Amino acid sequence: MLRRAIENLGNRTVQGIWRMGFAARFFFAVLLHSGTAFRRFGLTIREMYFTGVLSLIIILVSGLFVGMVLGLQGYETLQTYGSEEALGILVALSLVRELGPVVAALLFASRAGSAITAEIGLMKATEQLSAMEMMAVDPIARVVAPRFWTGVISMPLLAALFSAMGIFGGYLVGVQLIGVDEGSFWAQMQSAVDFEQDILNGVIKSVVFGVAISTIALFEGYDAPPTAEGVSGATTRTVVTSSLAVLALDFVLTAFMFRGLN
Amino acid sequence: MNRTTLDLWVGLFVIAGIAALLFLALKVGSMNTVNTSDSYEVVARFENIGGLKVRAPVKSAGVVVGRVVDIRFDNERYEAAVTLRLGKHYAFPKDTSAAILTSGLLGEQYVGLAAGGDSVKLKDKDQIQLTQDAVVLENLIGQFLYGKAQEGAPQ
Repeated sequence: MLRRAIENLGNRTVQGIWRMGFAARFFFAVLLHSGTAFRRFGLTIREMYFTGVLSLIIILVSGLFVGMVLGLQGYETLQTYGSEEALGILVALSLVRELGPVVAALLFASRAGSAITAEIGLMKATEQLSAMEMMAVDPIARVVAPRFWTGVISMPLLAALFSAMGIFGGYLVGVQLIGVDEGSFWAQMQSAVDFEQDILNGVIKSVVFGVAISTIALFEGYDAPPTAEGVSGATTRTVVTSSLAVLALDFVLTAFMFRGLN
Repeated sequence: MNRTTLDLWVGLFVIAGIAALLFLALKVGSMNTVNTSDSYEVVARFENIGGLKVRAPVKSAGVVVGRVVDIRFDNERYEAAVTLRLGKHYAFPKDTSAAILTSGLLGEQYVGLAAGGDSVKLKDKDQIQLTQDAVVLENLIGQFLYGKAQEGAPQ
């Protein structure tokens, strides 16, 4: 009984390490075969339509509402200290530093990451990937690498759009609805938000999230058991793993970026 | 989907994303943080800097002329050495004085520069000789109480 339990544990550990190693090798294989993604840029553009452009609606609408809620909640809190004018700082800093990259990444993982996994998984299940290999077409170069670079390129753009939309939402609620002074809203925001410390760090975060989400989504799809059940499980794992990865990476990056700031 | 419409949509997406980044950089953030090429640094020593922080503004006559870039403790003189980065087009006399002041109720602290009358200007790596420390509320209350006690004391 005990022997079985220990054997089980050992087996799981070995499996886990094997999968990690496979994922790392997969990641480097994608990087090595990225040439096609740029030489035949049409492939990447096609994928950017499906992952980037079609994610726009959910990103823009969520950004607007997150910004509007920040405006309302921030006003309520700042009002007690008599500093409603700082609303611009609160909305802009929380969006640019944290909410923009993180929430956009979570939405991207569930909107586009799951779709990528399902697509690759089904391609594998219907043996399209094997067929490509038969025709001497490398599926990693032809199918996987363009999707990887699409995620890396789209993610910072989507995060920037999310932040911009959120700040517009905060402006709508704070200035137009509640009546915070427009001049001090923008002026205080501009004096508090720094290009390098805040905006550039947000962009770096979103690029890292893009790499993480694309890698996880593609790997789960590529590694999925070629059955209906396997693909559905892989899709679920993509959303769960990449969401957790985004949040964990966010903590690590924030600790590095903002620890010594004040 | 037609190839050209696809390209069009992706192009619009990229333009929108870059426009959002530009909006963040120009409208939301301050791109015009004093960069190293057209600025110079001076050091001011204070016995007490209060709650002054790195990146706090340096103002003269209420106008932002630079930022605090570094605060460190001088272990030989037991003072705080505050490095100020000022824009090159703001030249101050050598006997300019620096004070740590507070703006607003919430108490954001900044460095205020008051120009002196010297004809020699401050250069890079110069020191500001005349400084005034931050006002510490506890000391102020202590002085006030001491003064009150003196008043009431029998002659």
